[in-house]
Amino acid sequence: MTQTARVRAVVSMQSRPILNSHARLQYDTVREAWALLSPERVFWPNEVSLDILRLCDGRHSVGQMIAILADQYAADEAEITPDVTGFLQEWSDKFLVTL
Amino acid sequence: MNEPVLPPIGMLAELTHRCPLQCAYCSNPVELLKANREMDTAGWLSLFEQAADLGVLQVHLSGGEPTLRADLAELIACLAQRGVYTNLITAGVGIADGRIEAWADAGLDHIQLSFQGAFATTTEKIGNSRGAHEKKLDTARRVRAAGLPLTINAPIHRHNMEEVPDFIDLALALGAERLEIANVQYAGWALLNRKALMPEREAVERQVQIVEEAQERLRGIMTIDFVTPDYFAIYPKPCMGGWARDAFMVAPDGTVPPCHAAGTIKSLHFERFGDWSLSRIWHESSAFNAFRGTDWMQEPCRSCERQEIDWGGCRCQAMAIAGDAAATDPACIKSPLHARMGALINEAISTKASDTTPDAFTYRRIGRVTEPTV
Repeated sequence: MTQTARVRAVVSMQSRPILNSHARLQYDTVREAWALLSPERVFWPNEVSLDILRLCDGRHSVGQMIAILADQYAADEAEITPDVTGFLQEWSDKFLVTL
Repeated sequence: MNEPVLPPIGMLAELTHRCPLQCAYCSNPVELLKANREMDTAGWLSLFEQAADLGVLQVHLSGGEPTLRADLAELIACLAQRGVYTNLITAGVGIADGRIEAWADAGLDHIQLSFQGAFATTTEKIGNSRGAHEKKLDTARRVRAAGLPLTINAPIHRHNMEEVPDFIDLALALGAERLEIANVQYAGWALLNRKALMPEREAVERQVQIVEEAQERLRGIMTIDFVTPDYFAIYPKPCMGGWARDAFMVAPDGTVPPCHAAGTIKSLHFERFGDWSLSRIWHESSAFNAFRGTDWMQEPCRSCERQEIDWGGCRCQAMAIAGDAAATDPACIKSPLHARMGALINEAISTKASDTTPDAFTYRRIGRVTEPTV
């Protein structure tokens, strides 16, 4: 294994994001909220984050995700694109999502 | 208490104090428990069920060396069935063939593997264990082959601080997604060995630069978490995220303190699981309520705008340095005793200036144990 084999994944419209194998999205019955579990931290995603994360199934491309979310929120695709790609890049950099 | 007590998120389970390594900075108490004091399988399973009921979402399986427990797969399976995220914290020496795969099958989520040095000579010297480094490299490969995510943990002190760039290269080469550069916290055995472990100021400053540069360079490639050295800090850490606020630990015999060094605060009494339920301990244990929230705070914490950022810092460090567990953590620049931290650095450096070998270590040994009188 060499270091050169490891590069930062950069989000594109063709990426098909999937939740990282060591991250787990589950409903916490004690707190009645969705939790994203990862090695050292628990995240409490808000509604919008949850809607994005639920589409991270390895089947939807980023372009398709944006179309679905735009429909869901009755928003303009171009308007939400930077928010969605920014979110996915940040979560990829944190190893919560694989692009 | 003004505010309602919320359920705990995390639990550190020290399954055993037995360990093949003898690191002089171990966070375990100086009075180590022998195997015959360990809670049995049924006890741990019952504890884990109650922890899940209480709202615990993450369990860190630690020790000592947790893989010395033959029932580890069974314990992992219990937690996994309840949806609890499991993180195994191991030294990674002498793990029998097939066990890592068995833990993965049982539902283990993540492994954190420690390296005492980036090179074999350092690892062997610090852990006082021949062949340890090669075994750790082998463990790392087996963890990745089993499809488990890997964090490398590097406890840093004066005898390996110059190896920080090499730790980064090592973690990259081993396929780790996370690297913890964790400067040693002076509790337990580390407090006993403080003079031998204390780094020099210039080395700490170089280390900070190296880590910050690497964090930037490796964004999206490998996460580097940096645990800064308290003695060189301006503000204290929010120890455990606040005393009894969202995490606690369990000792090998089932004793439940809020943190792993809380036993050094002799005025506190800790309950044992089995005598009390976990829920009752979390809500009613006098030790848990002693420093919960902000009501217990003295000045300067009482009127400080950072009181809910750092929660007064570490109670055990306040005890060790200020002699008062309710004092502001002397790591804080607002503490009247902050200068004492600097003096302790200088004292350690001046006595160790000519000695760069770790020969002065008091190695962690279970044989050294004075059995607790309780």
